[in-house]
Amino acid sequence: MDSSESIRTSGLSRTFATPRGPVEAVRGVDLTVRRGEILGLLGPNGAGKTTTLRMLTTLLAPTGGTATVAGHDLARDPAGVRRRIGYVAQSGGVDPAVSVREELVTQGRLYGLRGPRAEERAEELARELGLTELMERPCGALSGGQRRRLDIAMALTHRPEVLFLDEPTTGLDPGSRADLWDLVRRVRAEWGTTVVLTTHYLDEADALADRLVVVDRGTVVAEGTPTELKTRHAGSPDATLQDAFLAVTGRGPAPRDTTPVAV
Amino acid sequence: MRTLLSDTALVFGRYARQTLRSKAAMTFGALMPALYLVLYGPLLTDVPLGGAGSSWQVLVPGLLLQLALFGASFAGMGLIIEKQHGIVDRMRVTPVSRLALLLGRVLRDAALLTLQAGVIVLVAVAMGLRAPLPGILLGFAFTAALALSLAALSYALAMKAAAPMAFAPVVNGFTMPAMLLSGLLLPMSLAPGWLDVLSHVMPLRYLVDAVRAAFVGHYSDPALIRGALTALALMAVSVTAGTRYFRRAGA
Ligand SMILES: Nc1ncnc2c1ncn2[C@@H]1O[C@H](COP(=O)(O)OP(=O)(O)O)[C@@H](O)[C@H]1O
Ligand SMILES: [Mg+2]
Repeated sequence: MDSSESIRTSGLSRTFATPRGPVEAVRGVDLTVRRGEILGLLGPNGAGKTTTLRMLTTLLAPTGGTATVAGHDLARDPAGVRRRIGYVAQSGGVDPAVSVREELVTQGRLYGLRGPRAEERAEELARELGLTELMERPCGALSGGQRRRLDIAMALTHRPEVLFLDEPTTGLDPGSRADLWDLVRRVRAEWGTTVVLTTHYLDEADALADRLVVVDRGTVVAEGTPTELKTRHAGSPDATLQDAFLAVTGRGPAPRDTTPVAV
Repeated sequence: MRTLLSDTALVFGRYARQTLRSKAAMTFGALMPALYLVLYGPLLTDVPLGGAGSSWQVLVPGLLLQLALFGASFAGMGLIIEKQHGIVDRMRVTPVSRLALLLGRVLRDAALLTLQAGVIVLVAVAMGLRAPLPGILLGFAFTAALALSLAALSYALAMKAAAPMAFAPVVNGFTMPAMLLSGLLLPMSLAPGWLDVLSHVMPLRYLVDAVRAAFVGHYSDPALIRGALTALALMAVSVTAGTRYFRRAGA
């Protein structure tokens, strides 16, 4: 893998055994993500986006294929991968009954910081992500947008090379979504962090991602910058991503009622 | 090794604080054995139970292990809720030791249940229990060992189960036969031959026999050795199984 690459996968697959037979959630995904890139994994619900992210973050063992993440082989050196990545699941990952400060400090210690250093780091993160006023609140008392900022602060504790975000703006109001896009851009600009995010919102993919990988039924069906995808699949750079997406998958990215802000 | 210890302390601290926040978690588990003690114990005082010692020396060991059995078997329920909040994945994605993720949790459970066992013994002494102190301390050790083992198995099951609805029936299907087949409420020496034989397939029985021997001061009784070996084997198997599931989650 060349040093300008942050992630490379080859034939990455995951099949789940279920009582109703095997489910091929991810079928041979080949991906390359450049260092410092914001990559959008775009696809309808059930496309295999979460499963792909859970494999790349060492949470789920692939049933096929290989991957290198932040210079470390996923299968041979999962611990090396874990030290260099941050992950925010769609559900987040904080206990509603625990205070923001306690969660940030615990996270620092999970990443190996000693007590006083973990407390300093919690303060730093809170300043950088605008959480200072909220430190003593229980996480359950935060708004959706504040919760997301906390989730991202937790994932940035150890200044990871790669940040994985699973549907980071699903369920947020339009103002909070725009703030979160700014935050993701700022993280990349300030620390050169590579960001891989999944979304089924076309406007988000268009506005935030440098490059898109469209997945459908567990495979990559198209790939390129938003402009390339529009030109190649909808005939013009001025077409909408919706037209390109329809041309690629034959349907919209999600039911209309759950995506009021989709294009 | 140093990381394993400090990681375990970190995870233990997090869950100990969680328990301290919840008065219900601290008291509710001890309620059932306390009720047995107060409302069922007095029925036995004049009943011939066989073996040495008073009826309290037979009943209280059973109640301590019953406390561990029911308290620890349901420990996984909390983990299922944490999984739904994404907390388990958030921790597993950090470099923290997988063994520590399990050990920190099961040590919290063992500590809480041993503390509750202490309260049960205090109440029992007030009701009339007289037993040697080393025997009582051995009883706590067996309570802690059983709690640790069953909590580890419960977390393993919870890592696999998708929802509480898939978890609770399995645990119920295990705890009831375990209680009835181990002679927790009355010694198996009172049982007809077939039931006594059948009860020997239940590992918990050896722990019950061992604590009863300890409570009457029979420290060289083979039952005590058998119980100790069973407890060690149980702990080894369950911690290994539990850690496996923290390493590679099914769902
Ligand atoms: N643990 C699992 N067991 C069985 N099937 C699963 C499991 N996780 C995901 N799937 C299935 O795999 C497919 C892809 O799911 P997912 O990766 O969550 O998609 P997305 O995140 O794109 O919505 C879906 O059909 C889903 O039902
Ligand atoms: Mg998903």
